[in-house]
Amino acid sequence: MKSDKHFRIFGHIVMSIITLCAILPLILLLISSFTDNDTLIRNGYSFLPEKWSASAYEYIFTSGNSVVNAYGISVILTIAGTAVGLTITTLLGYALSKTFLPGRGILTFLVFFTMLFNGGLVPTYINYSNVFGIKNTFWALMIPSLLMNAFNVLMVKSYFVSSIPDALLEAAYIDGATEGRAFVQIALPLAKPIVATIGLFIGIGYWNDWMNGYIYLTKRTDLYSIQNLLNRMIQNIQFLMQNSSTVSNANQGLAAIPAVSVRMAMAVVGVLPIVIVYPFIQNNFVKGITLGGVKG
Amino acid sequence: MSKAWRQATLKRSIPIYLMALPGLIYLFINNYMPMPGIILAFKNYKAKFGIYGSPWAGLKNFRYLFSTQDAFIITRNTILYNLVFIIVNLIFAVGVAIILSELTGKMKKGYQSVILLPYLLSAVIVSYLVYAFLSAENGFINNSILKPMGKEAIAWYQEQKYWPFILVFVNLWKGIGYNCIIYLSTIIGFDRSLYEAASIDGATKWQQITKITLPLLRPTIIMLTLMAVGRIFYSDFGLFYQVPQNSGALYPVTNTIDTYVYRGLLQLGDITMSAAAGVYQSLVGFVLVLSANLLVRKLDPESALF
Repeated sequence: MKSDKHFRIFGHIVMSIITLCAILPLILLLISSFTDNDTLIRNGYSFLPEKWSASAYEYIFTSGNSVVNAYGISVILTIAGTAVGLTITTLLGYALSKTFLPGRGILTFLVFFTMLFNGGLVPTYINYSNVFGIKNTFWALMIPSLLMNAFNVLMVKSYFVSSIPDALLEAAYIDGATEGRAFVQIALPLAKPIVATIGLFIGIGYWNDWMNGYIYLTKRTDLYSIQNLLNRMIQNIQFLMQNSSTVSNANQGLAAIPAVSVRMAMAVVGVLPIVIVYPFIQNNFVKGITLGGVKG
Repeated sequence: MSKAWRQATLKRSIPIYLMALPGLIYLFINNYMPMPGIILAFKNYKAKFGIYGSPWAGLKNFRYLFSTQDAFIITRNTILYNLVFIIVNLIFAVGVAIILSELTGKMKKGYQSVILLPYLLSAVIVSYLVYAFLSAENGFINNSILKPMGKEAIAWYQEQKYWPFILVFVNLWKGIGYNCIIYLSTIIGFDRSLYEAASIDGATKWQQITKITLPLLRPTIIMLTLMAVGRIFYSDFGLFYQVPQNSGALYPVTNTIDTYVYRGLLQLGDITMSAAAGVYQSLVGFVLVLSANLLVRKLDPESALF
């Protein structure tokens, strides 16, 4: 059909424009990070820089260890947070899927209610700082808000309810399997898709989080994640100099710091893991959104 | 139920309760323990007495909050931005979903992959990207667009009038790939024979979209929109705090309830005011989520949250 063909051409034009809009800022970021700093200051950020340079990256990886340190924190945080968060989310979701469980309705409601109402930032902050004293510790990055949320629990629960046949588990019990074994050997392998998706949501949440560090790490800047470091950087390029390994290094650096391009190079480094894993996680991610979007 | 049966159930339940325990403890610590803390808004907070030991202040904090210009500004900003986001995001998400559903092959996959990518970036990274375009000294727009055109450079982070547009655009840019996914998967589920029949009857593509796709998509649109309306009292803290670089000159157009609560707590040290705004948000937000869900349940019980 002619009208079909016209629509397709129109569609490709519109989508090309939108796709370009989506990717161009990232390309500008990448190019700026490889632009000579003087060129940047003279001409601004540009897609076609006069002079290229990798000195920003050299600077990042040789100027003391604040970037490497923050990167390490982010990696540890993401791995530890995802492992713990995924474990407790899956266990709770599995438990709530058990129809025979006395009190199942009340427990499900208690989980669900946290989606409707919350105490807000101020009581949460006071709770974690004064009662648990996690301010200025690594736990402040990992525990508040990110570890588990009701939405993910309920998604796991409905997956177990709808996709794992009860008969299969019953058969295992008859064969003498304990609840623990039935969960690990039968339910969990069948739940791989949802576990992968939830793990992805949690992991991206941790890698991208800057709020916990911003709120709770008031003194221990050595615990900053890469996002916190980036956040601090855009506010103050001095920060990097203060953290240079030696004083003389900092003094020398004063004149030579490729300040503008360094910021961009750090942002590239911060975004890199997401871009690298993106092609592998994309399908799971899309599936998870479809699953969660229709019904929580 | 016999006694033996009940005992057997209980015995089976113990390991299940143990499995649930870590998650429940976490929810207790992270969500339930702070809840009674909302009484802080009705107190005259003294750090040494803690939340519960501080003297009561009645509604004084609220009276004070609502006597300032701030209460009006943050409420207006939160609601208006959300309303515009809902409308703009809806139009683009449905449009993109319809277009993508008509395309096939590698190109379609490519478009979809790229437009979803911004959704995965942190607010800090987004603020860097925006800064690359808007920085007054080095920004792409000032240096590579305005300058060659012979126009004056603009101090973007000082000028309020541009920010409503910038924030709507950034929000759209970040969310479009995400927002179109559910519409796209709904459209793909439609019965293709409807389109074939329409096509044989000589319906143009445009007619097929307006007469088949959109009517079929209506329930999904209504549900998702109602859900979004239910969350109209909450704002994306990263978008309103990080993207404008916390620039004071922009507060009148970037301050929302969430940024106000944050600044009150950690920058101004005005904890009670901040708590009052937080309670205002929690309570109104709670009512709105409930009402939205009630409406959804009336229209389509299947889609309701509860």
